[in-house]
Amino acid sequence: MDCINAKYVSQKISKTRWRPVSASSLQQPELLATGSWDNEDNKVSIWSVGENGGHDSTDENVSGVCCTLQTLSVLHTWEGAHHYQCARAPCTAVVCSSPELVSVGEDGRVVLYKADQSRIVRTIENADSSTIHAVTFLRTAEVLTVNSIGQLKLWDLRQGNEPAQILTLTGDRVPLHCVDKHPNQQHIVATGGQDGMLCIWDVRQGSVPFSLMEAHSAEMWEVHFHPSNPDHLFTCSEDGSLLHWETSSGSDTPSFLQGRNSSMMSRSATAPAGGNQSLISAWLSGDSSKGRLETTHMLPSQTLSVNSLDVLGQCLVCGTDGEAVYIHRRVLV
Amino acid sequence: MEEVDVEPTTTLIPGVGLKQKHLGFEWGPGDILVYETNFRPAGERSGCPSVHVVRKDEDIYSPILRKLFNESHHIFVGLQNITEDVPSKNKKPQFVSISKNYRSVIRACMEELQHVAGVTCCAHLVLFVLRLHSQVSILLATELIWNLCEVLFIDAAPAGCLLLHLLDWVRLHKADVDEKAKEVLQSDSPTNHLAYWDVVISFILQGRVDEARHVLTKQASVQAASRTLYQLMDTLLHKMPVFNPSGTQTLTEFDMKWRHWHEECDRCLQDKSFASNPHLETICKILLGDEDAMLEHKELLGTWYHFLVSRLLFSHPTVKPAELHYYAKSSMDMFLDSRSVPEPLDSILLAAFEFDLHQVIKDCSIALNNWWFVAHLTDLLDHCKLLQSHNLHFGSNLREFLVLEYASGLVSHHSLWQLAVDYFDHCPEFGRVYLELQLERVPLETERKALKVLRICEQRHMTEQVRSICKIMAKRALSNNRLGSALSWSIRAKDAGFATLISERFLQDYCTRGSFSDLDLIDNLGPAMLLSDRLTFLGKYREFHRLYGENKFTEAGKLLLSLMTAKIAPRSFWMTLLTDALPLLEQKEVHIYTHTHTHTLSCVFVCVFQGEDVETAKLELLRLALARNLAMAIVKEGTVEA
Repeated sequence: MDCINAKYVSQKISKTRWRPVSASSLQQPELLATGSWDNEDNKVSIWSVGENGGHDSTDENVSGVCCTLQTLSVLHTWEGAHHYQCARAPCTAVVCSSPELVSVGEDGRVVLYKADQSRIVRTIENADSSTIHAVTFLRTAEVLTVNSIGQLKLWDLRQGNEPAQILTLTGDRVPLHCVDKHPNQQHIVATGGQDGMLCIWDVRQGSVPFSLMEAHSAEMWEVHFHPSNPDHLFTCSEDGSLLHWETSSGSDTPSFLQGRNSSMMSRSATAPAGGNQSLISAWLSGDSSKGRLETTHMLPSQTLSVNSLDVLGQCLVCGTDGEAVYIHRRVLV
Repeated sequence: MEEVDVEPTTTLIPGVGLKQKHLGFEWGPGDILVYETNFRPAGERSGCPSVHVVRKDEDIYSPILRKLFNESHHIFVGLQNITEDVPSKNKKPQFVSISKNYRSVIRACMEELQHVAGVTCCAHLVLFVLRLHSQVSILLATELIWNLCEVLFIDAAPAGCLLLHLLDWVRLHKADVDEKAKEVLQSDSPTNHLAYWDVVISFILQGRVDEARHVLTKQASVQAASRTLYQLMDTLLHKMPVFNPSGTQTLTEFDMKWRHWHEECDRCLQDKSFASNPHLETICKILLGDEDAMLEHKELLGTWYHFLVSRLLFSHPTVKPAELHYYAKSSMDMFLDSRSVPEPLDSILLAAFEFDLHQVIKDCSIALNNWWFVAHLTDLLDHCKLLQSHNLHFGSNLREFLVLEYASGLVSHHSLWQLAVDYFDHCPEFGRVYLELQLERVPLETERKALKVLRICEQRHMTEQVRSICKIMAKRALSNNRLGSALSWSIRAKDAGFATLISERFLQDYCTRGSFSDLDLIDNLGPAMLLSDRLTFLGKYREFHRLYGENKFTEAGKLLLSLMTAKIAPRSFWMTLLTDALPLLEQKEVHIYTHTHTHTLSCVFVCVFQGEDVETAKLELLRLALARNLAMAIVKEGTVEA
């Protein structure tokens, strides 16, 4: 808890992301980008996080966060990619898998771009009759979107304009706000909804989620699997909390040995005794009381809504509506 | 109405009011809108191309000061939440630490402003730098006042400790002594430095006796001849008693000890021991509390309150809080020339020394241009139970009034409106009403912002506002042809009327185009279908089409019948439903409708036939189909299976 640094940045943060570092170097990420919202002019800022060595003071982790001298310039603008009949429509999410970009918006369109082309590559019109809130790449040519009537739609970009698959929660159609896929097992997807429920889905099987967990008391804005240690999941919400979820299956096998196995045995978390461990991901245990699921609050005190988070290595960053950026450099993963 | 204490300030609006035009004004959201006009239009149309927005408070638009607002909001919310659990006697240290938090936030802001002012060196940014400097000086003054209020009111130290705290206060705000001392000590020959004696006397005036002694030793080592003299001074300074609040010594004991020391100093002066060295003699006089000696070093003191504290240190260190105001008034009079007018800061500090809280708050409200300082300070003082519940005749108590004013100023900001919500929450009488009115006026550019405002309303059970916001968003979605979004907004507001409207749109679309749009929505309505009858009908009708498409004719037929009998189908649709029934009636292979069903269908048919003018061809077909079906039904049901 004492490794969290807060910096007030005079702008409400809508998104924050670490600049990726190459996996081979064991460095911690040092640059992060934030985007502001609700200002008259909104900006993207790049920040550098440095560590001062311990002085004679007792707190060694005095990190300075300051604006760097790197400049950003706009490479391309795709104007009016999202629009209604006579007005512009807000674009709600963008995802990038170089060099392809996909964006979704309140107009229910899915738009594809290429980073070096100034014209839009393709638009899926009428992809959705309601607002699409988030999008993520599942495989190279497959994207997954979530919308405000509580549906997950799987799109195959090589084929037509209809979703390949639609998954929904039975019961109330609660809008879904965020989605993220498991880094290793691409059929596992986590979503967060307006009522703060965290759902884990198996995209290959069935159209209902595997497990539902009550996470927050208000909208969940972002959910992220840890990129290198996917037994850890992070969620942040309008209620001002950031949760760190850690799961482990019943077996003693450490998680990194549980690689990929295409045969899904069962939905229970109890691994079969004896040698041949069926390699079930710990997330698909169906019932969160079996298997171990620990939740930790990451922020020290009540804040305004946490809008965005990103985690890389041992570093966690989040941005809030209280115009502050919080950085934690010793996340236990 | 109360009299106004000061003249209202005149603000010049550039570019307006020339050419003998009149000025019109209107209250805008948080600002004043001013425009040129002619009250008596003379012939030609008098129009004005622009409206000027006059902002009273430009501080909330300063990016550095925004941090002040955000951090102090965090502290404010924390303060409101601590007061419940602990009995009030033990809360004083908590309040003091909260007060220190506020002050550290002010200092951090001030330092950043100074830093930016220091590094900005463009010629055309001179005005900007000037404004920064003025902001810095305002923040300095507010921190000074806050610190004094903390010492006198929140910490409320008794005699003995009071002076120690006042000394700390003065030292914090006269930090240039350390720089000068460093400069002197690091020079080649400290004793010959011009500022040497200034440094010594400054230290003594601030009560930093040990540091003064340290600097004096430099002199002693150089001038061997007057060594005894310096040793005498050193002993005097060393023996000066300092009250130790955590020690076992009582105040009376300390007082006695101090008087002994004072007499000793007096003896030294009377003996003319220091007569050979005028500097040391001055120091001795200062140690005796000689005001004239102190006033000779006005420029080292700088301010009358420094003079006050030094005076108290050397003449009356056991001063009681109630006696302060007398000394304060006399110090101010002695220090300031009779010609100079006391500044607002001086009168505020004087009011604080007189323990007149209300005067302090009132003067600060007038002097400062936004309510930040008075709102937070009054709130803290109110938690310390220091403000009598002084009910104003135009609202609730003073604290609530100031917090409401501050929050109302915040809420007109395009981004800081979210902070204002928490402030309104903690105003028990009028906060909720203010919040309800303000939340309806927050502009909703995107869905995400609307969701945040909605969450705020829902958490406070403001159902009217929830409905109104959802309706705005639903209407907007509908006008942009986003039927799914519109439906999800009506579900959130549980607005049956709007859901009906949306279903009507869908049904209209179907009638014009012959097929449904947005199948992904209608196919997956789920329990939301029950929100409105029309919506249920829509869902079920679509289900009928689906069953028909999957060739499940019996179920489709039964569903169609139930749709007609359940009375949720709109009248205008009955003809369409009957037409849909036609192929089912004509089915030869599978017998769908029993004769009771057919009777029902016939009743419906009769209603339709009587009601509107429908094409006779269709009617004939239907009549024929119904009759044939009835015949088949009677035969089939009457046949006894062999």
